Amino acid sequence: MNNLQKNRLYDTTFKYFGIACTSFGLIVLTIFLVDIIIEGAQRIDWDFLMNLPSRRPQKAGILTAWTGTAWILGLTAIISIPFGVAAGVYLEEYGKKSRLATIIEINIANLAGVPSIIYGLLGLEIFVRVFNFGGSLMAGAFTLALLILPIIIVATREALKAVPSTLRQASFGMGATKWQTIWYQVLPASSGGILTGIILALSRAVGETAPLIVIGALAYVPFVAKSPLDEFTVLPMQIFNWVSRPQHGFVVNAAAAIIILLLITFVMNGIAVYLRNKWQKKVNW
Amino acid sequence: MDIITTKNVNAYYGDNHVLKDITLEIEQNSVTAFIGPSGCGKSTFLRTLNRMNDYIDGFRKDGNIIVDGQDIYDKSVRVEELRQKIGMVFQKPNPFPKTIFENVAYGLKIQGVKDKTKIAEVVEESLKQSALWEEVKDDLNKSALSLSGGQQQRLCIARTLAVQPSIILMDEPASALDPISTAKIEELIAQLKEDYTIVIVTHNMQQASRISDKTAFFYMGDMIEYDKTKDIFTHPKNERTENYITGRFG
Amino acid sequence: MKKNSEKVIEGGLAFSALITILTTVGILWVLLSESIGFFQEVSIIDFLTDTQWTPLFVQKHYGILPLLSGTFLTTAIAVAVALPIGLTIAVYLSEYAPKSLRKKVKPALEILAAVPTVVYGFFALTVVTPFLQLFIPGLGSFNAISAGIVMGIMIIPLISSLSEDALFAIPKSLREASYGMGATRFQTAFKVAVPSASSGIVVSVILAIARAIGETMIVSIAAGQQPILTMDPRDAVETITAYIVQVSLGDVQHGSIEYKTIFAAGITLFIFTFILNNISYWIKKKYQEKYE
Repeated sequence: MNNLQKNRLYDTTFKYFGIACTSFGLIVLTIFLVDIIIEGAQRIDWDFLMNLPSRRPQKAGILTAWTGTAWILGLTAIISIPFGVAAGVYLEEYGKKSRLATIIEINIANLAGVPSIIYGLLGLEIFVRVFNFGGSLMAGAFTLALLILPIIIVATREALKAVPSTLRQASFGMGATKWQTIWYQVLPASSGGILTGIILALSRAVGETAPLIVIGALAYVPFVAKSPLDEFTVLPMQIFNWVSRPQHGFVVNAAAAIIILLLITFVMNGIAVYLRNKWQKKVNW
Repeated sequence: MDIITTKNVNAYYGDNHVLKDITLEIEQNSVTAFIGPSGCGKSTFLRTLNRMNDYIDGFRKDGNIIVDGQDIYDKSVRVEELRQKIGMVFQKPNPFPKTIFENVAYGLKIQGVKDKTKIAEVVEESLKQSALWEEVKDDLNKSALSLSGGQQQRLCIARTLAVQPSIILMDEPASALDPISTAKIEELIAQLKEDYTIVIVTHNMQQASRISDKTAFFYMGDMIEYDKTKDIFTHPKNERTENYITGRFG
Repeated sequence: MKKNSEKVIEGGLAFSALITILTTVGILWVLLSESIGFFQEVSIIDFLTDTQWTPLFVQKHYGILPLLSGTFLTTAIAVAVALPIGLTIAVYLSEYAPKSLRKKVKPALEILAAVPTVVYGFFALTVVTPFLQLFIPGLGSFNAISAGIVMGIMIIPLISSLSEDALFAIPKSLREASYGMGATRFQTAFKVAVPSASSGIVVSVILAIARAIGETMIVSIAAGQQPILTMDPRDAVETITAYIVQVSLGDVQHGSIEYKTIFAAGITLFIFTFILNNISYWIKKKYQEKYE
């Protein structure tokens, strides 16, 4: 085989290898999903969704888990959205050239790389103990809010960047102040992108387990949380707890709970992607 | 009566000396054209009149710019109020991505006007003044972006008129438009002259000679000649002016 | 009057941005203060050299090496999986695949990154381990290799996406020069494109390593809770992150030495990821200017 043929062979072989690798991840994911559905789908019924956890797998349900997830989602959103968007607006519209802004930027890049369990340690000392929230929804929400804050800030900045400067110029030219321009023109114009970022950030928060374990989310919560100061559990936590049990019934329960969790995750991500596509079409004015 | 007076205005972008010692007076209710080749400083000078250059890093100016008896760069001047008195129309039409109504009403909104009847009145009046009313009156809630280029520009003019400025600055307002829209805009300028003072930057000399009372010729940051339009175009006093007008450069 | 309200608003926005600084300060303060307390009771030499980690047993040893070996073993396996596959995907998509395929595949791979890690842990324990037990004799139910492989799958999109962006950023002219001389796509890819994009690719690998080091749920569920100093992927190991989880699930007194161990472990973890993230940030900054 001469050189040219050899090179052609490598080329073609690599092409098929490339296709194989590209499909690999997706094939594995499909196998996993099919396995999950086979294991857990029949376990899902009204009782499963509405029961409290129990020591017996057939009676155990995810009521406290999914209500806990709903609580965490709501509280985290309330805390992280205003601060995240405000910080993004400040960095993109006000602080552009200052030294402070550069420091904050580097800092945010760093925070995004900190493992989520470290945020758990932070939450444990500050929110659980110093603020005295205990192992409650408040502590969990504040911890997760800090975790996803960088995501919201970056997404807000990207969305604001996409707004053409001619829009701001037109508004300034008419005598609007900086804040009026931002509030009446820039934010509405970038709202699609910002919303997409928020949903993706919240979807990440929904799947987080480690920081919540550290701040004291409980493994076994036989009651539904009624106030933000109550102790709680969330879906991923419940899954973790069941997976650690030896009885096969709990493995089935875990699979069923995973289906619910994945549904929530995929729906949220799907909405975000849909919004992003819709918004990107609008932006071409 | 002179409504705008500038004395020895120099402007710099960083180390770049972009405007050199510009002194001129603009009369009330006149149309003044700034002409000159690209990069001569005419747009920069226009933007010093409503302080739009404030947003550019490294921009400095000295000299005085006096509008209606007040130096507009004085510390006591609120730049937002200044821009309500001196409106601006940009080269590429830039309506807000909102409805036609909301576009024209925006100026009132930021001034805090809440009276719905008053707002509707002003919107109608402004659209009439900018010769757009007949074309849009049936659906003011349509998106402004659905209008044609020429209509969008007239909308931008309407929105500027809604805040009742006394001076309107126009930075090549028709250069992005087709000839028919351009003609409409020029007609509009002729009408607006009765109530407003207009300063227009243009690279279209025929346009300048058609619509303006006085013309200033800029070249490389200097103002070379400033005279009645008729005179500039028929017997310019400066050789460079003549060269530009006859097309030897630019 | 209006000018004041503008200033107040700007102040409020700036404060929101400052929260991120406060977060970092908080993390540093929390980790340092508890760790200092820890190191007042345990010598740092012991911490770094003792080969046993048994703070929860009667006979207490505080050597971090077993946790480090658990973390690095699982991370190494993860990168060994993700790097070749991720890089191949990146090269295939940027040098071979038609644009339309690239557009469809990229978001599909992002799905891998969106799955919650506890779900991956479930897979590792209930699907991958039994599968591997068919081939590897003596493989326990908890082991480093399952966790490592699944972590690797999870971080494939991290390497493939960033590497692909790096390859995409190379000017077309470089490739055209290579093709113009009769080179195949394979040769152009690996002799021209990949070397040019090497800084971006290296950044993606460093970030992937940092991500794997910090991963918690997959290893907590599938790798085990026994801190052993070992390089054998078939062993059950405990990572730094899994240890923190183990203690948090139990009943540990606040202020006790056992409590402080999670912060000592935490600060070790933080130092590693901090260094890795900053190296990658620095590399990105340094080499980004090349093509601007």
